[in-house]
Amino acid sequence: MAETIAVLNPMGFAPRVTRRALAPRLPTLEGKTVFLVDCRFDDSDLFLEQMRAWFTEHLPGVTPMVKRISSVYLNDDPATWEEIRSRGHAAIVGVGH
Amino acid sequence: MTLEAKYGVPTVALHTDKFDRVVRSVAAVSGMPGLRQVFVPQPIMGKTARELRGYVDGKDQITGRPVMQEVVEGLTRPFEGGEEGPSEFDRASARLIGPDTAERLERLFLDSHWTDGLPIVLPTEERVAAMLAGTRRRAGEVVGRMRSTHFREYWEYSVEKVAVNAVMAGARPEYFPVILALAATGVTARSSSSSAMASMAVVNGPIRHEIAMNAGTGAMGPYNHANATIGRAYGLLSQNGQGGSVPGLSYMGNQGNSYAYNSVTFAENEERSPWEPFHVQQGFPASESAVSVFSGCRSTAFALGLRERHWREHVRNLLRGMDPSIPPTLLLDPLAARQFVDRGGFVKKADLIDWLYDTARMPAREYWDYQLVQNYIYPRATFGEEPWASKLRAAPDALIPMFRREDIHAVVVGGETNGYWRIMGCTYQKSVSVDRWR
Repeated sequence: MAETIAVLNPMGFAPRVTRRALAPRLPTLEGKTVFLVDCRFDDSDLFLEQMRAWFTEHLPGVTPMVKRISSVYLNDDPATWEEIRSRGHAAIVGVGH
Repeated sequence: MTLEAKYGVPTVALHTDKFDRVVRSVAAVSGMPGLRQVFVPQPIMGKTARELRGYVDGKDQITGRPVMQEVVEGLTRPFEGGEEGPSEFDRASARLIGPDTAERLERLFLDSHWTDGLPIVLPTEERVAAMLAGTRRRAGEVVGRMRSTHFREYWEYSVEKVAVNAVMAGARPEYFPVILALAATGVTARSSSSSAMASMAVVNGPIRHEIAMNAGTGAMGPYNHANATIGRAYGLLSQNGQGGSVPGLSYMGNQGNSYAYNSVTFAENEERSPWEPFHVQQGFPASESAVSVFSGCRSTAFALGLRERHWREHVRNLLRGMDPSIPPTLLLDPLAARQFVDRGGFVKKADLIDWLYDTARMPAREYWDYQLVQNYIYPRATFGEEPWASKLRAAPDALIPMFRREDIHAVVVGGETNGYWRIMGCTYQKSVSVDRWR
């Protein structure tokens, strides 16, 4: 029978994860302003322009607003988030990869 | 995630399909497993407007449902029972694994992605205890914390956890203070970046000789046991200390990077350098030992010596070949370092850095068109951050500096078998005292 040994676990200590509340969903997008948030990554702006065009064609009751984040996506952007909260009702953020 | 949790705005996150596993994992460990996410094809970059419209009109690459249906429903469909995930979960793991046979344990480590794919030394209690004898620090003391990317959560690691990874790498106890100092930087050697970056570690001071590190012939590998295993330990403690580095899940480097096997770890050849040691530049006394880490290692250029007539043009050409988003660190054999002194009169390293800064220039129109400049520097320029805001005001044909002066560095390494030298594209992060971890 082969000899057995115990070894130590190499993994670090994970933080405990606590659920964070997600925002309530809207009953409808009709009459609402939806921000299309450009995270400034690899031609995301071009993609979001196409998504804005889709809203205009298919859901004319929605006001799509393309908004670029102020700096790189690595930085928090409270001014932009506050603007979206005060002027909009929902957001689509992209395109991440 | 910030818009949802902090500002209460219903949000859908758009990603390309290659990032399915990683973004779901990030959302889960951020306490938001129910975050609404939609996946379009990779790539976005370089596609025409017509092709991108095809993505919008097409199917979500994961669910197979129309992209815009997923988007609209993501903003309007209420969350159903359990969709938002558990209120809390704990990922604590047992300190000991086994007992089991060595063969099965080695397989477990490999299958769990706890290794770099090469054979490891199994971290038995006896071996870890021997490693811990290499420092006066307590086994349970927290050394630092790391994460593989800005979006992930930090994991912590203790002196014992670092010792476990040092044993796995094949390091000796006398190397342990250097490995602890690397861990204490908190700079990961296992970034999850899709750019497949590696790290570089430069050791200075008396410890180099005490543990027989190589600063001369072959210093950048392989052959020297200390250089090889210290660098490997840095990689292993990074991937395990931060909670993983698994391709497709927590590592997205598109091509990978063989520099990552030992994080380009070497000692500076202080004795043959015409300039002050690197750690002295960072404020340490020459008598103290320190390790300095650089990140973003991907690109390397090289040359042999400096020719009398056109050395300036040759160096300029090398610099122009670097991606301007990643600054240059010159890795100079002592022969090449002294040629820079002889040809350029750079008696002080600062003089060389000044010249490199002034030489590395390109037309503004070309600079701003680099993809990584667009991604990471242009936004900061438009936000008013200097020196990039001023560069943005330059005329399209104006020759603007490719790098910030403070980001350009030089380190002397090599055994003078010839005057070859390299430029490593990388970003200096920080230096940490080794002596504090003895």
